[in-house]
Amino acid sequence: MNKQQNKLQALFSNNKKEENPKALLSIFATAGYPHKESLPTVLQELSKAGVDFVEVGMPYSDPLADGPTIQKAGEKALANGMDLPLLFQQLKSVRSELNFPVILMGYFNQALQYGLEKFAKDSKEAGVDSYILPDLPALYYEEKVKAVFDAYDLGVNFLITPESPDERIKYLDQLSAGFLYVVANPIITGQRADFGEKESAFFDRLKGLNLESPLVAGFGISDRETFAAATKDCSGGIIGSAFIRALKGDNIPEEISDFISSIR
Amino acid sequence: MSQYKTNEEGFYGDFGGAFVPEMLYPNVKELRNNWQELVEEPAFQKEFQKLLRDYVGRPTPLYYSKNLSARYGAKILLKREDLNHTGAHKINNTIGQILLAKRLGKKRIIAETGAGQQGVATATVCALMGMECVVHMGELDIARQAPNVARMKMMGAKVLPAKSGSRTLKDATNEAIRDWIPNRKDTHYIIGSVVGPHPYPSMVAYFQAVISEEIKWQLQRDFGREHPDTVLACVGGGSNAAGAFYHFLDDEKVRLVMAEAAGKGLDTDETAATGHLGRAGVLHGSLSLVMQDEQGQIIEPWSISAGLDYPGIGPMHAHLLKSGRATSYAVTDNEAIEAALDLAKTEGIIPALESAHALAALNQMAFRKDELLVLNLSGRGDKDMEAYMRFL
Ligand SMILES: Cc1ncc(COP(=O)(O)O)c(C=O)c1O
Repeated sequence: MNKQQNKLQALFSNNKKEENPKALLSIFATAGYPHKESLPTVLQELSKAGVDFVEVGMPYSDPLADGPTIQKAGEKALANGMDLPLLFQQLKSVRSELNFPVILMGYFNQALQYGLEKFAKDSKEAGVDSYILPDLPALYYEEKVKAVFDAYDLGVNFLITPESPDERIKYLDQLSAGFLYVVANPIITGQRADFGEKESAFFDRLKGLNLESPLVAGFGISDRETFAAATKDCSGGIIGSAFIRALKGDNIPEEISDFISSIR
Repeated sequence: MSQYKTNEEGFYGDFGGAFVPEMLYPNVKELRNNWQELVEEPAFQKEFQKLLRDYVGRPTPLYYSKNLSARYGAKILLKREDLNHTGAHKINNTIGQILLAKRLGKKRIIAETGAGQQGVATATVCALMGMECVVHMGELDIARQAPNVARMKMMGAKVLPAKSGSRTLKDATNEAIRDWIPNRKDTHYIIGSVVGPHPYPSMVAYFQAVISEEIKWQLQRDFGREHPDTVLACVGGGSNAAGAFYHFLDDEKVRLVMAEAAGKGLDTDETAATGHLGRAGVLHGSLSLVMQDEQGQIIEPWSISAGLDYPGIGPMHAHLLKSGRATSYAVTDNEAIEAALDLAKTEGIIPALESAHALAALNQMAFRKDELLVLNLSGRGDKDMEAYMRFL
């Protein structure tokens, strides 16, 4: 790619140049959870704790790909009055203090109703670096969405699973903006993943494909052990449900620093 | 090719597609690659037709209603889907899909249900075929629809409460999809209407098409007509309408009319008239008209009829409406009740509340002299007696 690297790509390529590249740790946090005003504090504390990049979840009424923990967090956030304008406003208010890329994660209908153009524009202004929209089909993205997002230098990171055929993985690799989101087990968020033989076979297959995008493991990582296992073959790992469970909201700085130090 | 069938990617015009996360891609792909070929096999057709005849009780009569005809000055025929086994059109689809599931080597069936009609129709065919059956049903609906929950259990189905979101049909559908993701190898998901990711809308329409196939030959045989002037059906997700319209989609001489649930009125928050009030959006894996707020959060709809109480309509129907091929009338709860009471008194037929919406739409329509209209009477009213009793 001869285009200038975005923040997300730079994170991965700089880390790779290190003598001992570290396993990049990413945290998923639902905006508006546990409290309406929590997001800025959560992001600041994640930054202090040295997290490498963050997904901010846009709470949604019908989160098809999410397990009970993230569903409940989303319901609570919606009940708290979180919405996209507020999310953008809160993110913007602390963006300059955060030293990591921020990915917005949610469902395509949210972007569609907000207006794709306005969604991209407001994302950019708030300091969003990239998206994960699990239910946005790649082909539809290419035909109807990509040009709009590209105009704001915003890309989408696609999911792959052990059941994705080689050709499809190569296609999604080309289309992904920063990384490929590897769902090692065909599960929804919040279930504990196994990283056993079947997964190793999958990672071997991925190695053989010589992909351009770095791999990030997501879904089912909950503790030091699963994080270590998941990042054996991936550049990084994303923790969602386990983080949400740890985030009680009584003392966010302490809860976050305790959680992150329990992972690495 | 018909402009009212899907293209390769499952789009009817601007609507349809498969907006599913990658984890669901193999599930949808397996169906997409196989369903058409499998259902077109002569052995499949033979088994399907035989079950429709001997088990479901098809063909259902096309009944000339003298009383309605006299009242509206049109020739009104009722397609009696209410006489099917289990009391509605839903079983046409569940029979088709369970035969498909068997050929795909599945052992376990899952389904979503709102009022329980689709759950009962699914539990029925699972009992028939000896398949394990799990029905996802909103926690609130389980409490509201005790008789249908009992029916499903009696036929050996497990009813799992959906506890997420608004704990109704849309959430039961989300739960069924979540159940399906890790269980694809042994599980088939029977969606109950022409909604969901491609290929469901076209597949369910295909199985329901038996309705218009029969209308066609019955019209010829009994009324000497090649086609009706108008076909009228209620629309929840849209499967009975899809079946009744199917063989007339490309015959522009035939007027296609939908009846939607206005609930307490189009100008209230308690309505389910998606064709009137919905905007293009994604729900349950397809892009269609959807009841949603400005942020795309799905709105819980309202109708007195549980089968019409769904915040979307099938992509085919969204396309039919947008292209002007079909029109839609919105019918309130009260109008539907009145129409049901009226049909019971004048014809001795107690319709399902859903079907009563189609009957009530007759009041809003204008007819040419001697216009021949087929109204798809999608189901019978046994399940709705509790609602009707309040008005007797
Ligand atoms: C009798 C009857 N009619 C109509 C419907 C609405 O569904 P559809 O629009 O898919 O036909 C239902 C749904 O449960 C039903 O039970």
